Amino acid sequence: MSDYNFAYLDEQTKRMIRRAILKGIAVPGYQVPFASREMPMPYGWGTGGVQVTAACLTPEDTLKVIDQGADDTTNAVSIRKFFEKTADVATTEHTDKASVIQTRHRIPEAPLTSDQILVYQVPIPEPLRFLEPRETETRKMHALEEYGLMHVKLYEDIARHGNIATAYAYPVKVEGRYVMDPSPIPKFDNPKLESPAIQLFGAGREQRIYAIPPHTKVVSLDFEDYPFDPSKADHPCDLCGASHTYLDEVITDDAGGRMFVCSDTDYCASRQAQGHRGRLSPKETAA
Amino acid sequence: MIEIENLSKSFTLHNQGGAVIPVMQGATLSVAPGECVALTGDSGAGKSTLMRMIYGNYLAASGRILVGGTDVARAEPREILDLRRHTLGYVSQFLRVVPRVPTRDVVAEPLLAIGTPRDVARARAEELLIRLNIPETLWSLSPTTFSGGEQQRVNIARGFAHAYPALLLDEPTASLDATNRETVLCLIEEAKARGAAIIGIFHDAPARDRVADREIDVSRFTPGRAA
Amino acid sequence: MTPLLSVRNLAKHYGARIGCTDVGFDLYPGEVLGIVGESGSGKSTLLNCLAGHLEPDTGEVLFDTRSDGPRDTLKMSEPERRMLGRTDWAFVHQNARDGLRMGVSAGGNVGERLMAVGARHYGDIRAQATDWLGRVEIAEDRIDDRPSAFSGGMQQRLQIARNLVTGPRLVFMDEPTGGLDVSVQARLLDLLRGLVREMGLSAIIVTHDLAVVRLLADRLMVMKSGHVVEQGLTDQVLDDPQHGYTQLLVSSILQV
Repeated sequence: MSDYNFAYLDEQTKRMIRRAILKGIAVPGYQVPFASREMPMPYGWGTGGVQVTAACLTPEDTLKVIDQGADDTTNAVSIRKFFEKTADVATTEHTDKASVIQTRHRIPEAPLTSDQILVYQVPIPEPLRFLEPRETETRKMHALEEYGLMHVKLYEDIARHGNIATAYAYPVKVEGRYVMDPSPIPKFDNPKLESPAIQLFGAGREQRIYAIPPHTKVVSLDFEDYPFDPSKADHPCDLCGASHTYLDEVITDDAGGRMFVCSDTDYCASRQAQGHRGRLSPKETAA
Repeated sequence: MIEIENLSKSFTLHNQGGAVIPVMQGATLSVAPGECVALTGDSGAGKSTLMRMIYGNYLAASGRILVGGTDVARAEPREILDLRRHTLGYVSQFLRVVPRVPTRDVVAEPLLAIGTPRDVARARAEELLIRLNIPETLWSLSPTTFSGGEQQRVNIARGFAHAYPALLLDEPTASLDATNRETVLCLIEEAKARGAAIIGIFHDAPARDRVADREIDVSRFTPGRAA
Repeated sequence: MTPLLSVRNLAKHYGARIGCTDVGFDLYPGEVLGIVGESGSGKSTLLNCLAGHLEPDTGEVLFDTRSDGPRDTLKMSEPERRMLGRTDWAFVHQNARDGLRMGVSAGGNVGERLMAVGARHYGDIRAQATDWLGRVEIAEDRIDDRPSAFSGGMQQRLQIARNLVTGPRLVFMDEPTGGLDVSVQARLLDLLRGLVREMGLSAIIVTHDLAVVRLLADRLMVMKSGHVVEQGLTDQVLDDPQHGYTQLLVSSILQV
């Protein structure tokens, strides 16, 4: 074990964060202010998520960290290493093996269970921010449930693009009360926000924590004549052949060659291990 | 219809040493429906002042001005507005309108104000404009750019658009040619015939003799000169 | 008839200075009240107190609500007062930038109040926005342009459309024609007059422009140093002013 306190933060800080988490769970979708600490990584790298994870971890936990669905990108690797070093917890890349999952910009494709916690990294927690710059005013709007402005944003989308062009950070209404920014997950993931797992959101720079308790009703905002549509690229995965997953487009050469692959690397790998094949899968070599 | 009792008026000029100028005292007169009374007297005798007091444009110092049962000297602004909308018409010497509003709408406005349907109001306006020889080409233009005579005729058309039970006319025939003057006199006679009580100021003596049933010399009410 | 707005004994002080004091009047449905006075006379303070933007020290502002009849808006809870501000009340700012969302298209600006009261059908919202742009003489093809691309007069008309789209009963206007050149002013005045009559609106207009109140207001209130020095029928106050200050104000108008 290292010389750090378990999971880096001191116990008082973790208590403070746990209080904020509990309050967030008690009032689904409500942004609870908390005294965000300086973390040994820059803002924008998940300082909020890291603090929430640190406050949730126990020595028995198994941690998974994903960035845009992938377990092997810089951000995911460095946060995973951070907790291996400061908390000495087991880590995994398999969604079903993890008890705590910290994520940036995705919800895993494999269904979550009631003994899992999903921690989101949130850059800007206030869904009304781009339309109303005053914090005093947005707080009042939340307090008084004045959410007409949120639809103005969707209206502008349709007026400009012919449909609701917001493709990520798509605003939702939680348990019929608070309008919430689900962090920059693709709108494809919005239906998965109704989940048996606990979902916690941490914004380090903005010093806010909010939560969606298990089995909470989460509705994506829309218009009667322009209903919410959790669309994705119209392709199957070129590696595992899945047609129901969120895909990344990968440019493969300078001649316009491209491929579509699952953004959830673990899900794609496990499907391939089960024998699923896509258009560009390596040919089976004869045994 | 119009009953004035013991009316007095003075102007206080606060910015000129608080000078108080009494202009009217003990004015009393009454006008019955269908009757036209001409106010006479020299310039400055108070003809226009009296007329403006009846219209509620000038504030009375004391006395009563009953028009159709409403005491203008004491009424609330909204009661006077209501009176002006439904009961009491006023053709002033000058046309005052919102710039840019077409002539046809200027004339129709008193009717629209009492809820007349737009097409009915417009038809009535057009009928009056034809009678008063305002060429149709001008109807869609604002009267602010018209000549003095044209403006005066638009003003009269506007004043006669609604059949007010009481009418105040300030020099209705001034600056009109013989044809239009005749039309205006006919309009006044028609108003009398339908029972309107009219008070008018006419410098045009033949016109006055033709339409007025009585004359009242306003200089009787001038303070200091009255008996 | 019940007054739409009944103001009693309203006062607002800024420390020892008087903002406005001892103000009382009744405003009936369909009436337009003008408030005139020079800069610093307290007219904007009064308007902001009436509209709930400032909290007065004393007094009552009774508004005849649709559901419960006359209620003191100063004693209402904030959600109720803000709800009034989105439905039965409208506020037209002198500076269109204060009353518009400059980063949102014209259609979105007009639609916001509809969405704020629960409209959730894009096609209906857009149809209403189009209708209102037409009523304030803004071409339909400008519906997706942002107000920053509009002239001052158009911005002001857009602000009016945005405010009137929910069919309010009382409109507060703070120098609605200020900063516009005269031909644009005339067009705006004509438009406002038409809308006031067609919709049966009551309005309170603060201005220092006596020509504006003569054309728009039924009644006039003259303020000086926070006090109402004179009130009455607009043409009566302007043509036969009783108070020394009003006489000075009226005689100070430049004749063209």
